[in-house]
Parts: sequence; structure tokens; C-alpha cells
Amino acid sequence: MDLHFGDSKPTDDERAAVDALLGPPESSWEGADRSDADLRWARGGREARDRREMLLPGLHAVNDRIGWISDGALDYLCRRLTVPPAEAYGVATFYAMFSVRPRPATVLHLCTDLACAAAGASELCAGVEARLGPGFSVQRSPCLGLCERAPAALAVRAGDPVRTAVSAPATVEAAVLAASAPDSAPEEPPAAMAVPQAGDPGLMLLGRVGVVDPASLDDYRAHGGYAALRRAFELGPAGVIREVTDSGLVGRGGAAFPTGRKWQATASQPDHPHYLVCNADESEPGTFKDRVLMEGDPYALVEAMTVAAYAVGAHRGYLYLRGEYPRALRRLEHAVAQARARGFLGDDVLGQGYAFDIEIRRGAGAYICGEETALFNSIEGYRGEPRAKPPFPVEKGLFGRPTVENNVETLVNVLPILTKGAPAYAAIGTGRSTGPKLFCVSGSVERPGIYELPFGATLGEVLALAGVRENLRAVLLGGAAGGFVRPDELDIPLTFEGTREAGTTLGSGVVMAFDDTVPLPRLLLRIAEFFRDESCGQCVPCRVGTVRQEEALHRIERRTGAAAADDIALLREVGRAMRDASICGLGQTAWNAVESAIDRLGAYE
Amino acid sequence: MTVTSLGIPRRLLEFTIDGEAVRAPEGSTILDACRAAGKDIPTLCQGDTLRPKNACRVCVVEVEGSRTLVPACSRRAEPGMEVRTDTERARHSRKIVLELLASSVDLSTTPQVAEWIKEYEAKPDRFGPDAARLNEEPKVDNDLYVRDYDKCILCYKCVDACGDQWQNTFAISVAGRGFDARIAVEHDAPLTDSACVYCGNCIEVCPTGALSFKSEFDMRTAGTWDETRQSQTTTVCAYCGVGCNLTLHVQDNEIVKVTSPHDNPVTHGNLCIKGRFGYQHVQNRD
Repeated sequence: MDLHFGDSKPTDDERAAVDALLGPPESSWEGADRSDADLRWARGGREARDRREMLLPGLHAVNDRIGWISDGALDYLCRRLTVPPAEAYGVATFYAMFSVRPRPATVLHLCTDLACAAAGASELCAGVEARLGPGFSVQRSPCLGLCERAPAALAVRAGDPVRTAVSAPATVEAAVLAASAPDSAPEEPPAAMAVPQAGDPGLMLLGRVGVVDPASLDDYRAHGGYAALRRAFELGPAGVIREVTDSGLVGRGGAAFPTGRKWQATASQPDHPHYLVCNADESEPGTFKDRVLMEGDPYALVEAMTVAAYAVGAHRGYLYLRGEYPRALRRLEHAVAQARARGFLGDDVLGQGYAFDIEIRRGAGAYICGEETALFNSIEGYRGEPRAKPPFPVEKGLFGRPTVENNVETLVNVLPILTKGAPAYAAIGTGRSTGPKLFCVSGSVERPGIYELPFGATLGEVLALAGVRENLRAVLLGGAAGGFVRPDELDIPLTFEGTREAGTTLGSGVVMAFDDTVPLPRLLLRIAEFFRDESCGQCVPCRVGTVRQEEALHRIERRTGAAAADDIALLREVGRAMRDASICGLGQTAWNAVESAIDRLGAYE
Repeated sequence: MTVTSLGIPRRLLEFTIDGEAVRAPEGSTILDACRAAGKDIPTLCQGDTLRPKNACRVCVVEVEGSRTLVPACSRRAEPGMEVRTDTERARHSRKIVLELLASSVDLSTTPQVAEWIKEYEAKPDRFGPDAARLNEEPKVDNDLYVRDYDKCILCYKCVDACGDQWQNTFAISVAGRGFDARIAVEHDAPLTDSACVYCGNCIEVCPTGALSFKSEFDMRTAGTWDETRQSQTTTVCAYCGVGCNLTLHVQDNEIVKVTSPHDNPVTHGNLCIKGRFGYQHVQNRD
């Protein structure tokens, strides 16, 4: 590949940040000073290009150390990885957490999404902006996944190492402190604070959250850890897939695809290697279950990934973690390192002759990367744009190979399936939605958090557990891509089939309650802004449709009845085309919540 | 003599388009089959020399059993498939896509789009006078070609032609995200500071005129561009021994732009800087 580079040079810091990740350059072809020997050979070919997957970690390395990515730093990274600078520029500008323009070293992300907006995010933003000087960059952010402690703030201070601080629930003082002194900001409350049921012995998925020390592998093992993997080795890969199939487990990320079928389809592909990808890019507004699982019980995910990889014949697993989850990242990095050191990962897992290892990849602020094929592109060092399907990931996924991609909660469900057995697991829940389910309850409730209930509980039961407040106006199910239901529909069973029959969706398990203090048009506008910001821009219906949707909602923010009728008709027409003709689920669902608010709640009447 | 590669024989698949049985060679797209059956489906991002990108979504059709509409340009035909090209549902999406594009992008030099807007009764004005547009100024930073991204529908064809599908120069990419996404070189620099080799193969595939010869751009600005007064002559490039075909577009006895036939079995419409832009010596009359 004959690459062209400009005259921009990296600073010493930028060079050190990249070299810390990739090691020192071996020759002038990779950006070292030119020696005589370098004139007599050329580096190139597939081997040089095959390191492209290090592009996203490389961009993180520079952004973490410096706070932004300069021309010189980007060019140096491109030299190291044999990536065309234009393409790397396209990748760097794709992610919200990167900047290719100079900015202050400290960026304070303030969540302005649904739960936080209802908890006073706009006043927080105004207060913080008035207090913080020019040395800070304040960014309004989509959902930070801290909805149980709204409003939320995340401070990131570039340096070596990068420092982060979370403030939630944030006051102006606490957010300012987090930004100005991230090291001395108070420690976040433990993950178990997000689990009001913590300690309940009946919990299957959250049972260890708040009970075990999330840093201790021994503690994890003392509480039933690694029993499922031993059972998996007894059963063999085909046996594991049979158990998972018989359990009736379906994907918990929102699409509800049967997990056993996905595993079987991948395991039977003749093409090798197979890959396992754990989708921990939890970005659906209102969703924070995966964060709590990863922070509170990180080894469970490591074990579950090992089981899944063993079943489908994968020897390498990628854990794609959203960039806004610094504590989950620390816990998982620690857990993976411990597991590796103790022989639970590596060339010979548990002495069974099976090799498996996990690589953690950090997202950088892009909701679309939660779409399975966009996530592959992101890992591979391309822009996180969804691919056309077919071919499906089970056939051509990560690096074009057969790949199983599962959500965190889906994977963690595999552990009780193996330890309790498929029949016992399938007996939980309803006939078509088996097992326990995590619900992310936030908004107008006394005890927001993650609730684990068997499938079949009604919306009203979940809300009662969380202590729903008076004057309930609407409940959003499934997040921004989900739909609103009315307060008189609390008998909807929260199962995949029950919500479908009721004309709504369970999605990722979001249950967000709104009382009548929050103007509905304002919420809808926020949802529309979210989709406009997060559209990748690849296809026309979504790229322009989300803009037109937001414009129409702006126009009718204070209108009702006949004055809004024309714009509602326009929204319906655009929404229908987005649903029918967009490439991926983002565009296809971008109109769901608005449509449900108009049709079910009678917004703008 | 033109040698046409016949390839290995391919099985014929049987399926239906709008209720009529059709047969298409294995590997054909729905669009191939529709065109072979004489059915017209609008396309913008589809390129005859490029892999389908299915980004514009103007070619969507209904396929029995599919939850969403399906892009005809990229979906391969399967035996027994039931394709419907002209349903209300498909026409609705095409109409909206045309409205969304026409309300945000300058489509004044996009061939055929005016006819489609009429055919589908699209009304781009209905998003109101405040509807966001791209609002880009033409980038005139070199003597050979102009990038007017106010006319860009983000079809990715120039990126694909510059990248591993043809030129392997990788001078451009999509930068930014969503409605703010634009085609850009590294660091959004002027073209002269980029990896561009001025082959003009991006101009060859651009479906909207966003990329055009400087000569064409200047003549359009001056109001002298008139395709009815142009003749096209296909000849052989004299610079080297490859023998690329050049199609010279001549107006008033001046070469105003150079293209290359896409059905050329060797070059598929691609040229280098010399063939594409090096024609001044032919008309140097001083």
C-alpha cells in the first residue's frame, strides 16, 4: 500500500502514547528515523495491513494521553499500522469521544438524555457551564447508563494515565469537583446500590452482585463461579448448545433471537477461525443492566464468554465495551488478567486442552456500534457503519469469519442454564419467554435500579417493586427505540410475546416512568435529537429522515390538534419510510417512540 | 476485436418479479433480473463498475417474507423469491427518499432525478423553508477538478473507486457522522495536500455532478455549458501502451471533459491523470 503522508509530525507525547500501545517502531516504514538499511527493503503486504484492528485502540491511546488527536499523531498512527490517513480521519471523526481539533484536557460529559432530563439535567448543564472556566470542555452527552442515579456526569481528564470520575446523582458542585479534581472526587457507590434486591438468595443473574468482591477470583469461585464451565467441559460443545437450545434462551439485547440457534449455526460453519463477540456497547437510553453486571460480577461474564466460545469453537473472544463505562472497564481488565494468570483463560483453560482468550475493546461514543455488524467494523478499525445482511454474522462476521455475537445479559444467562440444567431453567418464566429477565427501572420511581424477575411479571408489578410515584403519565418500554404505554396498561405482561401482543416492545428491558411534570413533546424532541445525533449517515432514510423528524417535532412542540395535524401526517410518512427502507435497526426504530406517543398517549391532541 | 469474458457457466435461478416468472443466472442481483426483464427501478448509488453499496435506498423493492424492504441493487436473487417492484409500500419509500434528498442536496445536475420526482409525485418543498440543507460551497483548490459537496448524496462511489475497488490510492473517506458526514481527504485538507493522484476516476463514477472537471464547472458557472452542442468521440489514449479508451466530449471545437467507456474489458472506465486531464496539447493553438 503506497501511502501518502503530509509534513505533520507527532509530538513526543503523542509518539510515546502510540508506542506504549504498539511498541517502538521497527523501521522508517513504521515511522522511526530512516537508516541505510531501510533504503534496501520495503515493508508492506498483508502482514503490514493486518494490524488495522489496532486503529481504534491507537486513537484511544492518543486521545487518552493528549485529549485530542492532532494531524501529526494521526499520521504517525497510520504509518505504524499501514492505514491510509484519509480512512483513519474518517474513523476518528466518527466517534463522539474523539476530537480532531484542539480542546481542553478535561472533558465533562453531562447526560441530557431521558432520565437525566427529567431529573434536571438542563439546570445542571447551565450551572456547570457558569462555574467551569475555559480549561474545561463541557459536552452534552447521550445516555451515560447511570439512569438509577440521574442526573449523571462523567469527567475524563487526559494524561498518563487518563483519569475519570463519575458524579451521579450530580449536583453542580459535585460535577465541578469531578472535572477539576477527578482524583479526589468521591468514589462511586458500589454497583450493588443499583440492585435494590441485592442479597436476595433467589436471584440467578444478580445473585453475586453486592455479595462477592468483584476483584476477587477466589471469592467468585467460592460463590459458585466456574461450576458452569466445568459442566460445559463435561457436556462437550454439542451438549452445551443442546442445553442452551432446550432452555429456550433468546437474546436479551433487544432482538430476541434464539441463542441456541445462533450458536448452532456458527458452530457448524466449515470456515475457520470462529469468533465470539460480547456486545457490551450498552447505549440504549435507559439501559444500564450490563454495566451493573460487569461492575458487580465481572468474572461471571468472563466465564460465560468462555462457555460460549467453547460451544461454538472459538479461540478468541472480543468484549466490546462502551467507552463511557470506565469502572466496568477497570473491573473487566482486572478480571481478565486474573483469569489469565490462574489458567481460566489462555492456552489450556482449566487443563482441558482448550485455548481461549479475551480481548477488551473500548467503544468511543457511538450508539450505532451496538448494531452487531457496525460493531464488527468498529473492532476491525473501520467506521462503525452497519453492513448489509445477508450475509449474516454466523456466516461472515468479524474479519469475515463465522461469529457469534451476544449481549452481556444473554451470556450471563448461560451460567444458570448449565448449573441448573435446561429443564429447570425453561420452567422459569412463560412458555415462550423463559428464564429470568433484568429490567432497568428509572424515572419517576422511589427505588430506581435493576430488577430481576422471572418472565411473566406485569409492568405494574415491576413498577410496584420500584415504588412508582403518583401522577404517572407514561411508561417508556425498551428505550428510545422502544415505545410508550399508558398508565392504564400496567397489566401488560413483560414477556416478548406479551409486549408484542400489546403492540409494543420489551427491547433491552428499559422501564422508564414519567409523571406529569415532564412535558411529553420535550421528551419526544430529545428522542429525535438522539437519533439525529447517532445516525451513522450511511443510508438516506435515516440520515435525512431523522433530521426531518426532529424539525417537525420542533415545529409542533407547543402545538396541538389541527395545528399539529400536517406535521404529524408528515412524521408518519417519513417514519414509515425510515422503518421500511433503512439499512439497520437504528433507522428502522427511530420513529417507534414518537409514533407510540402519538397513537397511544395522544400527544399533540 | 473486443474480447468478452464468458466466465464459467452459471445455473439459472427461477423466481418471480411482479407475479411473472423470470430466470436469472446464479449470483445476479434483483436489479440485474429486473433490468433484464425490462423493468425500470431508479438507482443513484448503484454503479455499473462498483460493488453495490445500497446506501441511497431508492431502489427498494418488496420481497415476500422480508420484514423490511430490500435494496434491489445488492440483494442476490434466490430461487422461489417473490419480488414486487411497484407496490404502494415500495413506491412510498422511494418517494420519501427522493424528497429527503431533494430537500437537502442540490440535485440540479443529477441525471434522471427530475423525472423520478415527477413520476413518484415527490414534493421536496413540504419540509418547509427551514429544512436543513447541506449548505456546502464548491471546493476549488486545484486546476483539474472541483468538489461541490452541496451536490453530494453520500453514495460512497468516489470513496470506493479511490479505494480498494479500483485506484488503491485511498485519498478520500467519509468523515463525520449522520447528517454532518461529508466526503473528505485526511484532516479535511485541500486536495493538493492529500494523497490524490488526480486520476479522476471519482469523477467518472459520481452520479450527481458533485465532482466535475474544472472546465465543466467554469462553463456551468458562466452559463456556456450546453450538452446539446457537444459531440462525443471515443479514441485511444496515446500516452502509453495500455491503450485505454478515451471519450472526448467536445463543445465548440474544444475538449471540455474526458470520460472512458465503462464496458471496456480492461479498464472499466478508469484512467490516469494523463488520459483524463492531459489533453491541452491537442488544442494548443498558440
